[in-house]
Amino acid sequence: MATEKFETSLKKLEEIVHRLEGGALSLEDSLKAFEEGVKHASFCAKKLDEAERRVEVLLKQKDGSFKREPFEADDN
Amino acid sequence: MDIFTEKTILTVSRLTAHLRDVLEENFDLVWVQGEVSNLSLPSSGHLYFTLKDPGAQLRCVMFRSSAKNLKFRPTDGMALIARGRISVYDQRGEYQLICEYLEPQGIGALQTAFTQLKERLAGEGLFDEGHKRPLPSFPRRLGVVTSASGAAIHDILNVLKRRFSSLEILLYPVRVQGEGAAMEIARAIDDLNRLKLADVLIVGRGGGSLEDLWAFNEEVVARAVYRSHIPVISAVGHETDWTICDFAADLRAPTPSAAAELVIASAEELRNKVEFLTHRLRLVTESRMAALAARLEAMGRALHDPGTMLGHLAQRVDDLAQRLDLALHNGVERRTDRFERLYGSLLLHDPAHRIGSLQQRVDLLAAKAERLLMDKLQGVRRNFGANAARLEVLSPLSTLSRGYSITRRIADGMTVTDAAQLAAGDRVRLSFQRGAAECRVESVDEVRT
Repeated sequence: MATEKFETSLKKLEEIVHRLEGGALSLEDSLKAFEEGVKHASFCAKKLDEAERRVEVLLKQKDGSFKREPFEADDN
Repeated sequence: MDIFTEKTILTVSRLTAHLRDVLEENFDLVWVQGEVSNLSLPSSGHLYFTLKDPGAQLRCVMFRSSAKNLKFRPTDGMALIARGRISVYDQRGEYQLICEYLEPQGIGALQTAFTQLKERLAGEGLFDEGHKRPLPSFPRRLGVVTSASGAAIHDILNVLKRRFSSLEILLYPVRVQGEGAAMEIARAIDDLNRLKLADVLIVGRGGGSLEDLWAFNEEVVARAVYRSHIPVISAVGHETDWTICDFAADLRAPTPSAAAELVIASAEELRNKVEFLTHRLRLVTESRMAALAARLEAMGRALHDPGTMLGHLAQRVDDLAQRLDLALHNGVERRTDRFERLYGSLLLHDPAHRIGSLQQRVDLLAAKAERLLMDKLQGVRRNFGANAARLEVLSPLSTLSRGYSITRRIADGMTVTDAAQLAAGDRVRLSFQRGAAECRVESVDEVRT
């Protein structure tokens, strides 16, 4: 599931930052690692924002089925 | 009454009927207190017991129609207050109290009901820690079981709006107090589970009296919460109100607003973590580049023949600068901007303002570091260019090849650049591109300016 991919990506990002901070990488490798890190960072941020923000109310119909409608709070 | 003055023979039934009339007329509403004994609960649903005190005892019955409204269960030894009417049980010749209402003496009936239900359900394992599920780390769909017009949904939406959380919120409207409310709440939890419409639930209502909150102390609600595969946060009333539903839930929030905060807390934690890592990624790479630039500069100072080495390094610098620029623009900056927008609004309401302003400083410094790095790299490149040109000009070899020569006084070896340095008879040495010659100065023409 997406959650797992997120967790994996976050973990990779963490590893990359640690590796870069360790300072043992060659210039080429650290630039490669940087680029990979940026990819993971964007992926994680995207996942966190993925759900659509909306508010609905679930209404039970006479026949027992359900209908969703946008929900507006009474007082605002 | 003629039964006392004339010798009228009554049947037992007749007399008993008379007695009943007298008692029922005079004791049609009494309150009485005593201790319960000989309690019997047959399957008929009626309730039989004796109320006693040290001096007397009273047979009592509570019929099923009244008994089903009891929130608590009487037990032997319990001190009760009963309301009812006195009647006579003809077949046994006993008078008895027909109870309509019972309440435990000292503490209220609801309190007793609460304690008893809590103990019973705890005994069944409904509140076991082992059964409680963790909340999802970033929930997408929040189900809310509460009144559509109550304070709870309003508070929850307020919190979620303020936090910019991206969450799909589905309200399942129910009555939260009064007859049948508990049943509706339980059914809502079951429906949301069956339809798999949420990955976390908030079940609750705003504050009220113990009676108002009572639906959340009903067994049906506790069982539905326990049954739920979707993690349930219970949020009933205020901080100090604890309900059976709270105990059965996977997590108890002191208020509906707090429940909303709990739902998004872990997602925000993750968001912070991602942002923090992104900043570190950027900073470590930038400082690496800055260190490289410094090394480049140091190497440049030590160089005598900048020629091919310089070109090679300049190309490398161009390449790196371009890649860094690209990576930062395509990746981090766009995300960072977005984070900062989100955070700006978030921090308006967050006690951790200090973190926010520190963050801002980090951003400013990071941007400044990037700018300085770029300036530095360009400076270094310019310096190399200038040095190379100057070396070319200063090299005497190229000048001599064009027919010029260098003149030195033989007496002290000083290079002559001005006729005034010489006097007639001085000996000088002329150096050519190849070889040299010793000469004597015949005369000196000083140039006046």
